[in-house]
Amino acid sequence: MDISFKEVSHTYQPNSPFEYHALKDLSFHIQSGQFVAIVGHTGSGKSTLIQHLNGLLKPTSGEVKIGDYRLKADEKTANIKGLREKVGVVFQYPEHQLFEETIEKDIAFGPKNFGATDDEIKARLPKVLGAVNIDASLLNRSPFDLSGGQMRRVAIAGVLAMEPEVLVLDEPTAGLDPKGQQEVMDMFYRLHHEKGLTTILVTHSMEDALKYADHVIILEQGKKHLEGKPETIFVQKDRLKQVQLDVPEEIQFLMDLEARLGIKITYDKHSIDDLVKEIKAQLGGGR
Amino acid sequence: MASSLIIGQYVPADSVVHKLDPRTKIMMIFTFVIIVFFANNAYSYLWLTVFSLSAAALTKVKPRFLLKGLKPVWFLIVFTFLLHLFVTREGDVLTTLLGFPVYSGALIQGFQISLRFFLLILVTSLLTLTTTPIEITDAIETLLHPLKKIKFPVHELALMMSISLRFIPTLMQETEKISKAQASRGVDFKTGPLKERIQAVVPLLVPLFVSAFKRAEELAMAMEARGYRGGEGRTRLRELEIVARDYVAIGLFLVVMVGLFYLRT
Ligand SMILES: Nc1ncnc2c1ncn2[C@@H]1O[C@H](COP(=O)(O)OP(=O)(O)OP(=O)(O)O)[C@@H](O)[C@H]1O
Ligand SMILES: [Mg+2]
Repeated sequence: MDISFKEVSHTYQPNSPFEYHALKDLSFHIQSGQFVAIVGHTGSGKSTLIQHLNGLLKPTSGEVKIGDYRLKADEKTANIKGLREKVGVVFQYPEHQLFEETIEKDIAFGPKNFGATDDEIKARLPKVLGAVNIDASLLNRSPFDLSGGQMRRVAIAGVLAMEPEVLVLDEPTAGLDPKGQQEVMDMFYRLHHEKGLTTILVTHSMEDALKYADHVIILEQGKKHLEGKPETIFVQKDRLKQVQLDVPEEIQFLMDLEARLGIKITYDKHSIDDLVKEIKAQLGGGR
Repeated sequence: MASSLIIGQYVPADSVVHKLDPRTKIMMIFTFVIIVFFANNAYSYLWLTVFSLSAAALTKVKPRFLLKGLKPVWFLIVFTFLLHLFVTREGDVLTTLLGFPVYSGALIQGFQISLRFFLLILVTSLLTLTTTPIEITDAIETLLHPLKKIKFPVHELALMMSISLRFIPTLMQETEKISKAQASRGVDFKTGPLKERIQAVVPLLVPLFVSAFKRAEELAMAMEARGYRGGEGRTRLRELEIVARDYVAIGLFLVVMVGLFYLRT
């Protein structure tokens, strides 16, 4: 589903001493099937933005369009439940939403609310369990007996089981161990391609944004600071510095390489092996 | 929603009322709550209204915000008024409304009672608007200190109060967060039959309790790790102090009281 923001502003607690403008005049467009990363400093409005994607928040001015659904201030959105079925959101620390007696019931909770039959849910279970790497033998255990990392995976499985068309991820890997982070991100990336999802990822990791996204939006104090392809965004070191963001490791490495050895390589989603090859070729060719 | 209710919410500002010692404020408001009931004619009510509105003005909190924050209690105030209007039968019949006779005494009494109600709520909300929860508990602890003699657990009570006050906003945030997460999973808290709406609370309450217990455990552990062992011999970081400003306030308040007893009949 295409998503577009038109001059969207969001103010928390308007007309009070605690009034806070979390989003200001934000406009952008996300095409169906894109993998978009949203990055920005703490408090820049990322979580506020994504809550507009399934109608948890409404713009205080401007307009949000998600497929055929439209969110506008003072306008009741038709069939908001339908929107929430199509847009799955994995919140920051999703393990806090677990509540059922068993893992199986918790995973089934979302799909059931959206009217999936027991048979349908049964059929989806093995797929989502496989995706998040949770063993089927755990299904009858209480989610509160799991480790933090496992709880996270179960919570993610609960969202995947809704089979959404748009997947919204708010720092899904925060607090996981490095291997777990990589696994979870690779899983989302694979799903994105296999199912043709539209994925919106909020992350503090420039490396992840560079590696997975094909479009990047950088927020700063509720405004759009930069937007574009990761390869062109993440080489603008000065512009990133302005908003306390770093250049991803890979790009920094290539910049150092150019500064010290005069080797110029333009980053194009190289794997490490590819990079090694290219550097070797340039070194060999240069002599 | 929660954001429109200001009773219990602190609004930082640089005003005289904010700077007053919390004990002064608590004592004054406590006394006010009692003397409101002594007002019995137009002059005494006007006198108290002038006092309350001046106090509200001194806090520098925007009037619009104050009125909006009292929104949840407007209903009660209006309800009280209407109740008196239809039930009281004193004085002359002025007119009939919806088939009920309306007496002049009812009009006056209804107006007085709802004004009293309004003043009570306005003034008590001024305390929490201008005083941080910590200051309030500190003040209560010192005010109740004499009760220690009869083995009343003053320190423990104050600690419990400050912990609860400290965690109310956290709990509210958590509630909002979890209800949003569950709403994304298709829970409908707002519409549908009552039975379903009651059931919808379970996915909200379970995670809330789980995290509240976890938090309590962590807090207890952290306090112990930092050597907390009760109120015995404990000194304060912020000492409360009665200064000239407080004497002036108390003096003015006495004038209000004397004036009230002079004006009432
Ligand atoms: N319910 C709320 N009421 C008032 N202000 C809020 C509320 N939620 C968020 N804010 C404020 O809006 C701003 C943006 O918050 P948001 O959660 O969108 O930031 P973020 O970019 O997700 O930050 P982080 O990286 O820390 O998650 C913050 O300054 C925050 O204090
Ligand atoms: Mg956030």
